[in-house]
Amino acid sequence: MEEDKKLDGATVAEAEVETAVAATNLTENEKGDDLHGENLTERAKVLSPGMTVLKRFFRSKLSVIGLVTIVLLFLFAFLGPVFSPWAANGGTVLDYDPSRVKEIITPTSIMYEVDGKSYQAMGIVVSMPRSVKLGDISWAHWMGTDDMGYDVLTRLMYGGRVSLTIGFVVVIIETIIGVIMGGLAGYFGKWVDNLIMRIVDILSCIPTIPIMLILSVIFTESGLGNSIAKLYYMMMVLCLIGWVGTARLVRGQILSLREQEFMLAAKASGLSTFSKIFKHLIPNVIPQLIVSMTLGLGSIILTEATLGFLGIGAPLGTATWGSLIQLAGKSTFRQYYPNLWVGAGVCITLAILAFNFVGDGLRDAFDPKMKR
Amino acid sequence: MVKYIIKRLLLAALILLGVSFILYVLMRCAPSNIIADQYMETHKDLPDEERARNLKALLAAYGLDDDSFFGILKGYFMWFGKFLRGDMGRSFSRSMPVEEVIGQYMWLSFGISFVALILEMLIAIPLGVKCAVNQYGKLDYVATVLCMVGIAFPSFFLGNLFIKWFAVDLGWFPIDGLTGNYAVGSSNFEIFLHNIWCLILPMTVMVLLSIGGLMRYTRTNTLEVLNADYIRTARAKGLSESKVVYKHVFRNTMIPLVTQLSFTLPTLFGGAMITEQVFNLPGIGNITYQAMLKNDIFLVLGYNMFLAVLTVIGVLLADIMYAVVDPRVKLGR
Repeated sequence: MEEDKKLDGATVAEAEVETAVAATNLTENEKGDDLHGENLTERAKVLSPGMTVLKRFFRSKLSVIGLVTIVLLFLFAFLGPVFSPWAANGGTVLDYDPSRVKEIITPTSIMYEVDGKSYQAMGIVVSMPRSVKLGDISWAHWMGTDDMGYDVLTRLMYGGRVSLTIGFVVVIIETIIGVIMGGLAGYFGKWVDNLIMRIVDILSCIPTIPIMLILSVIFTESGLGNSIAKLYYMMMVLCLIGWVGTARLVRGQILSLREQEFMLAAKASGLSTFSKIFKHLIPNVIPQLIVSMTLGLGSIILTEATLGFLGIGAPLGTATWGSLIQLAGKSTFRQYYPNLWVGAGVCITLAILAFNFVGDGLRDAFDPKMKR
Repeated sequence: MVKYIIKRLLLAALILLGVSFILYVLMRCAPSNIIADQYMETHKDLPDEERARNLKALLAAYGLDDDSFFGILKGYFMWFGKFLRGDMGRSFSRSMPVEEVIGQYMWLSFGISFVALILEMLIAIPLGVKCAVNQYGKLDYVATVLCMVGIAFPSFFLGNLFIKWFAVDLGWFPIDGLTGNYAVGSSNFEIFLHNIWCLILPMTVMVLLSIGGLMRYTRTNTLEVLNADYIRTARAKGLSESKVVYKHVFRNTMIPLVTQLSFTLPTLFGGAMITEQVFNLPGIGNITYQAMLKNDIFLVLGYNMFLAVLTVIGVLLADIMYAVVDPRVKLGR
């Protein structure tokens, strides 16, 4: 009797009496659809809740732009390397080619004082870059090659794979933990709520970036410095800290939902606690969860990039968008080789922007009060 | 109200206890610490056995010698007891007490963040109100998109782009943050002006990146207020539109904004670690970043506790401010 039916994104528990359906904040359209069940001719006139959301979502230009950008970024990251002539890590160690290497000219000035008068000496320092593998933009390398001789464009694609995947994995794990903890806290109340919410309070007081820095130092000194496992561990910690937002959201919603009539009905029909929480309460929070997950994706990508920029994310040699933009912090690369890091920066910004657009669009689309 | 505040303060104490414990245990998990590193570095000439014995005694003085569970617990109480009495231990990378390090480097961070915050409010709040009043207008659309772009830009990316464009290519600003490159014999005022000049880029980055959030918040709130019954009443009375917006709407929009301000407390005093690091400024954020890389245990602990205390105070302040600004809100459950 507890079969769930998925209606295009919005899950509505079926096996309930009519009061339950009426009480779940559904709009008129949605209710009509539920009553008519599988009748397809009716469906053509009355949009299902999922369809209404989709229709509203696609009406907003910004959300469509966001969605297209995300799809393009994914294609770039996952399909792009197929068309790239360079190897898995983009590895092509170039032969030394003097025309490829720019002289770096840095103006300097020295101030000194003689007999109470001050003088200024001007001069220039000419230096060659540390590595001769750095290459300019050319037909073979559309974005040049980096200090290890790797093709930047190819690395950007592989970096996208890691960064985007990490975003999804972390957000999904965070949400699962958050839903369970928030669901328990909201449903049981009393000491369970107190205990979980105090943990939430404590975790939300811990500053993320400093903690990640400390952990990175610990992991590196424990000998994980050069393996991708370090990145995975750090992302796991990110999950352990990051679920608190979701938990707060879920708990707040459930506190108000559990007082409604459909929960009384659920209680009267003798359902188990598990099914009451996870089959009747949580599905009602799913719209908000989807929105917070989408917005969360952007912030995880930003966190990964920040860690990468500080040089504490992915191990050396592994391409992620974060580790690629790390070069921006070194003055030589910043000044003379913007082709090495601007691409990664643009990708990060585009990804965050796109996820925010989609998240905002979804929020508006799910909002039953918004009718334009 | 008093009862509520006392309850919240007790809760705050509990939170700080939890945070401090997690932080301490984490720091102790690090295989090495700066005290041992520095001692081993400076006493190379002693025989190994003596060095080990001395080091153990030295670590014991700081409660860092025993890495078993109870040893860590003991060390924790030792450190936290001192922390409660205002002694945050010694920073070995800066060779001075932690509270002095924070006190010395905090003000630069505070200055930048404060000016940035003021500028941000001056731009974002009027813009947000204006966008809400002309909802779905051209200005609203453009401002919203620009704000989203601002939110999406990572501070290190924008910071480095700015350094490349404005400091290197155009040469308008010094490249390396606060440089001491002023002409010999300049007066204090000239030095001050020079320093302000150095800080313009980081401030611009901070303002540009944070305007978006505040503007959107203002816009949402204003939209909510605009739909309220008392605004309809004000219009029905025949008040001019500008009076409705600037007197009735604006004041009510400020209510949630005042509380929002309290949440900026940690960033205000705690510094923007990434921005400071990009521009190489000696703010508290950057100083602790350097200390973290060196495992300077007490400075890192002290700084993170400082942030946690600020966060807790910020949240508490937000709740109290809410009741102070809005007479409809009554504190206490």
